[in-house]
Amino acid sequence: MRILMKDHLLIPVFHHDSASYTITELPNIPHHKHNPTYRFNSQIQTFLFGKQLLLDEIPHPVEELFTHVNEGYITLRRPFIKEGRKIKCARCGSSHHLATYPCARCGNEQCHYCRNCLMMGRVSACTPLFSWNGPSPSTLIVDQPLKWDGTLSTGQQQASTAVVAAIDNKKEYLVWAVCGAGKTEVLFAGIAHALKQGQRVCLATPRTDVVLELAPRLKKVFPHTTIAALYGGSEDRHLFANLVISTTHQLFRFYCAFDTVIVDEVDAFPYTMDATLQYAVQQAKKSVAATIYLTATPSRKWQKECRQNKRAYMTIPARFHRFPLPIPQFKWIGQWTSPLKNARLPFVLKKWLQQRIEKEKQVLLFIPKIKLIDDMLPLIQKLHPKVEAVHAEDPLRKEKVQKMRKQETLILLTTTILERGVTFPHIDVAVLGAEERIFTESALVQIAGRVGRSVEAPTGDVVFFHYGKTTAMVRAKKQILQMNKEAKQRGLLHE
Amino acid sequence: MNSCLFCQKEMQLPGGFQALFQKAAQSFWCEDCIAKWAFIKGPTCPTCHRWMETAEICLDCKKWQADPIYSGCLDENISVLAYNSFCQQVLAQYKYRGDYILAVAIADLLKSKLKQTSFDLITPIPLSEERRYERGFNQSEALITALGKKPTILLTRMHTEKQSKKTRKERLETPQVFRFTGQQEMSGKKVLIVDDIYTTGTTLYHAAKLLKEAGATEVRSLTMARS
Ligand SMILES: [Zn+2]
Ligand SMILES: [Zn+2]
Ligand SMILES: [Zn+2]
Ligand SMILES: [Zn+2]
Repeated sequence: MRILMKDHLLIPVFHHDSASYTITELPNIPHHKHNPTYRFNSQIQTFLFGKQLLLDEIPHPVEELFTHVNEGYITLRRPFIKEGRKIKCARCGSSHHLATYPCARCGNEQCHYCRNCLMMGRVSACTPLFSWNGPSPSTLIVDQPLKWDGTLSTGQQQASTAVVAAIDNKKEYLVWAVCGAGKTEVLFAGIAHALKQGQRVCLATPRTDVVLELAPRLKKVFPHTTIAALYGGSEDRHLFANLVISTTHQLFRFYCAFDTVIVDEVDAFPYTMDATLQYAVQQAKKSVAATIYLTATPSRKWQKECRQNKRAYMTIPARFHRFPLPIPQFKWIGQWTSPLKNARLPFVLKKWLQQRIEKEKQVLLFIPKIKLIDDMLPLIQKLHPKVEAVHAEDPLRKEKVQKMRKQETLILLTTTILERGVTFPHIDVAVLGAEERIFTESALVQIAGRVGRSVEAPTGDVVFFHYGKTTAMVRAKKQILQMNKEAKQRGLLHE
Repeated sequence: MNSCLFCQKEMQLPGGFQALFQKAAQSFWCEDCIAKWAFIKGPTCPTCHRWMETAEICLDCKKWQADPIYSGCLDENISVLAYNSFCQQVLAQYKYRGDYILAVAIADLLKSKLKQTSFDLITPIPLSEERRYERGFNQSEALITALGKKPTILLTRMHTEKQSKKTRKERLETPQVFRFTGQQEMSGKKVLIVDDIYTTGTTLYHAAKLLKEAGATEVRSLTMARS
């Protein structure tokens, strides 16, 4: 699409002539005040409010959209922003993934497009971002949105109060809650507080699994609130909701939408994703808004900011069952790859597994590479028949996790994909090759956090089998010890 | 650091002594991605390059040979890959999501086959105007450009209907969808058609027939995958 400018009015054109421009080439984009006598289409209003969408994503005729543009109810933004010598994608903020193509839509030989957010539809130099610029749609405000009769632990209660205050004051706040602290419940009061004032809240999480798990839980405790669950291919895409549960990717479609954005598991991203995520959060929230971050394992940078009082935060250092976190043991295993090459299990690991097999204690064994599965699975199956292995691309992943839950599997070999999210009530955990780069500080803390999750079995063994201690291992252990110490000092543990 | 053009995974460049020799062989695909391709090796159908247990004419080709209208129109199809789920994934990213830059990485897989093929004109399978606008580019034309050749536009698509939504029988029976609109003198010319995938051959046989009628003596096709 190209755009013709006539007396400050914008007209879309679909042929390539020299009088028209792409949105990027347009010398200036006129901003009209909205015309109060114009009867805007309320369907477009609810569809576009708080969003930034491509023309392809909007089910209304382009002529009608441009009438709204010229009457001041829709703004068009340029898809790419120049920052010094860099060009960055206005939707996802990336400047590292731009490419060009000879574009049939605008006729330019070198039309830029962004590869980073391509899965959400292609942002090109000729595709404006459409946003609603008129009044906000009216919504129903519920007096008492929260229907929940559970109780919070002392640690949860303290964090919950802090979250309410941060939402009230539109501040940024970090809740650093250990694995098993029960972080979702900590959000209930804050979300209810925002909803009562007619505000919009978004709870964003990196993984679709988590959206699918959280949506029914929140629908249950906020029964009168419209809740949208957004992930790739979700049916709630067009739903206007006051509470949105979204994958962080879907945040890219929002613009100035939320009074509060809560980001769950901020650390679940590879380092390179961090900037993109931050950008998405900034775009999705209103200019004055609260941002709540939840994590069990903040990055080094964030930990440092916490220590230096540069970041507002609160820890929940104890689990809801008031038992301390299991401390990882370091066990030297030597050059563990050589016995595997000769089709033998490293002796120390074999012995450790045999002890568990005798007691019929379930084991989650983390390995650093998918390729090791083929070597190790048959060797461990020789020790016991009920052994399985999973990895990220395993089509039977769900079934295997289920079998482990039902205790039909005794030993489950896994890559780091099971480092978070899943809980099995009564297990020991081992890491083989804990010195490998994939086992970062936060991965190791999360892995250790798989043990002792239930009240019935609040303890268990965590062993890091290593061929040379790493900083990540030492820091992970230190972090866990520190949390236990703090929990004790604050009286959050059983005496 | 160099990263895989498809999955973005960082790739170790060969270091030290090895690097001197491998510098020219810059790769677009990482090892993990390459391992997911099903490269055609071993016996194939001599006409369409389908991967077979023994090198004999496949059923599809036998049908085309028996066809009163299309018999002999396409002299040969050359493919590099057998179609698999990874191929499907890559093509979805390239064609439907419109990740144009993948053309160079796909062309990289095709270039050695191109060298072995002689032709006078190289031409893409055309898209309808609507489809070309929707995708932003013609994927087979982009492949030719990425192969470092200049495409000659010889055909135009008359009307549109999604191939994938039709049954196999319907596809085989569809009437001609292309028109010859080339300006070139075609008599005695060897033409190479480039496309992403050879499924039943309908598209390519239809195109080849028009090219032969226009005077071409040989028509071959080079496709990324034979399904
Ligand atoms: Zn982008
Ligand atoms: Zn364009
Ligand atoms: Zn790759
Ligand atoms: Zn054949």
